[in-house]
Amino acid sequence: MTNNRTNATAQPSTSPSMVSRGVRIFFGSWLSALLTLLSVAIILALIPAFRWAVLDAQWQAGPPELCHGAGACWSFIHAKLRLILFGLYPPEAQWRAFTVIVLIIALVLATLWPRLWGLRIIGLWAVGLAVMLVLMQGGVFGMSYVPTSKWGGLPITLLLAVLSLGLGFPIAVVLALGRRSKLPVARAVSILMIELVRGLPLVGLLFVAAILLPLFLPPDWTIDKLGRTLAALTIFAAAYLAEVIRGGLQGLSGGQVEAAQALGIPYWKTVWHIVLPQAIQKVIPPLTNTAIVMVKNTSLVLIVGVFDILSAARSAATDPAWPAPSTEAYLFVAAIYFIICTAIGWYSQHLEAGVKARSH
Amino acid sequence: MTRAIEVSGLNKYYGTFHALRDVDFSVAEGERVVICGPSGSGKSTLIRCLNRLEVHDAGTIRVRGIELGDNLRNLDEVRREAGMVFQHFNLFPHLTVLENCALPQILSRRTARAEAEARGRDFLERVQILDQADKYPGQLSGGQQQRVAIARALCMRPKVMLFDEPTSALDPEMIREVLDTMVTLAQEGMTMVVVTHEMGFARQVADRVVYMEAGEIVETAAPATFFDSPQDDRSRRFLSKLVTA
Ligand SMILES: Nc1ncnc2c1ncn2[C@@H]1O[C@H](COP(=O)(O)OP(=O)(O)OP(=O)(O)O)[C@@H](O)[C@H]1O
Ligand SMILES: [Mg+2]
Repeated sequence: MTNNRTNATAQPSTSPSMVSRGVRIFFGSWLSALLTLLSVAIILALIPAFRWAVLDAQWQAGPPELCHGAGACWSFIHAKLRLILFGLYPPEAQWRAFTVIVLIIALVLATLWPRLWGLRIIGLWAVGLAVMLVLMQGGVFGMSYVPTSKWGGLPITLLLAVLSLGLGFPIAVVLALGRRSKLPVARAVSILMIELVRGLPLVGLLFVAAILLPLFLPPDWTIDKLGRTLAALTIFAAAYLAEVIRGGLQGLSGGQVEAAQALGIPYWKTVWHIVLPQAIQKVIPPLTNTAIVMVKNTSLVLIVGVFDILSAARSAATDPAWPAPSTEAYLFVAAIYFIICTAIGWYSQHLEAGVKARSH
Repeated sequence: MTRAIEVSGLNKYYGTFHALRDVDFSVAEGERVVICGPSGSGKSTLIRCLNRLEVHDAGTIRVRGIELGDNLRNLDEVRREAGMVFQHFNLFPHLTVLENCALPQILSRRTARAEAEARGRDFLERVQILDQADKYPGQLSGGQQQRVAIARALCMRPKVMLFDEPTSALDPEMIREVLDTMVTLAQEGMTMVVVTHEMGFARQVADRVVYMEAGEIVETAAPATFFDSPQDDRSRRFLSKLVTA
């Protein structure tokens, strides 16, 4: 089959040699020639970066004095790993923060498994989050008490990302349904909420939640700053998710709801079992997009002094004992974000492939 | 004789458009009624009022003695009594064929899953499509999908079946398999209201043919009378067009 195709494109020359075939692939047209040259230029430009990051780099754990060459100083990451990953969390309790990271990853992996979808996965998360909160905060079962102001690093980034998306999602569903509702009040409230939040920059929202809000609330209303930050991220995620979900609802044929009605399926069960699964399947790419953006948006919390992994890396990089390590610190954090976001992208492709397989 | 469906003085407006005008219509238990008429005459509107997919503006509708109105309990009961098959099947594309049959029972009747699936298999067998139980609707032909839709409706054990042009979205070679399924259902004594242009089917199974035009019922007659000696000019014109078409 592939033979046929190459033969068809290779009509003029009857026996294409390797060389001529290569020339055709890389320089067959102006566009491909241009792309070939561009790629070569990019690769050449990256060679010094590769030498810096890999060949000339210092990979060994040790004191700052190890790094004197021209390469990257990965020893710095070795030395500051705990600070970057856990922030100011007390070192002797960091096993708890580490357990939280493991728990989050385990729960996320469980969530990827369609068989658990529905109430089961919600229950699992509720229990998991309770355990995580107890672990992070301590003060019971002989664990030392750690206030949220001391929480930091990767657990904060993961918790904020997962919770803002997880809590934002049901709110988004309600807003999306509300915006399409026949009831004028529900519609007006939904539109107002969505447009208001989308009209504000996230930084502004975080600022209001973390710094301005306490000034207006009575002093004994002490909702934790981390909690307020999470609330801001959640409504921000909800507004964007709501519009994505609304797009999915619009693509749904009216016949689906009519069929469910004719079968006597109650409204909320229709929404949960018939409408939402289909609406969400239709908008997997933009949902993925929003999820990835929200993961990266969590880094903005450093503006209001919440210590996520990026803030932790920044503060690690200010240690004067190490010669200019901020590139290494940022690259390390970037790698972690890259892994998370790429994983989300892969998973969404896997889901889409499943949807496609079912439709024909 | 008890009445499966009793409609009197039914009026329905879409905005200012008068879609149904003083429709009186009834169906006896076990009776098969075919509704026909030109496009836009209100056939769908009438049949959709019978399970309140459309809300009527005036008149009364009773399905097996239960009056349709604002009472939600009655609405639930009517939808329990009446199953519906749509022109475009309206299967749930994200569920397998078997789940399409089982899930509605679980959601609206709280049937246990095992029982719902057993009954689903049962009815898929009856419409001769059990071998496709684990496929998704998008993987089936139109005729197969419509038979699944019939099985799905039958799983709810309705006493009346409403069909709105069940074969008009099908390729010609698939119409037969769906009509055969419907004929079998009729032979088993199901009460049926069928909007269709399949005059062969009407002759074969209908007890009565109802002809509609411009939101009104123009003529009601036994199929033999209706097809061979229609009384009203409008029905005559409609039938003559059918023959030449
Ligand atoms: N939702 C609606 N809003 C406004 N007008 C409508 C609506 N549904 C139907 N109509 C109008 O009501 C009239 C009757 O429609 P209906 O669908 O009942 O016709 P029908 O007899 O089923 O025709 P067809 O054979 O094309 O299915 C048509 O003129 C149609 O344009
Ligand atoms: Mg119609």
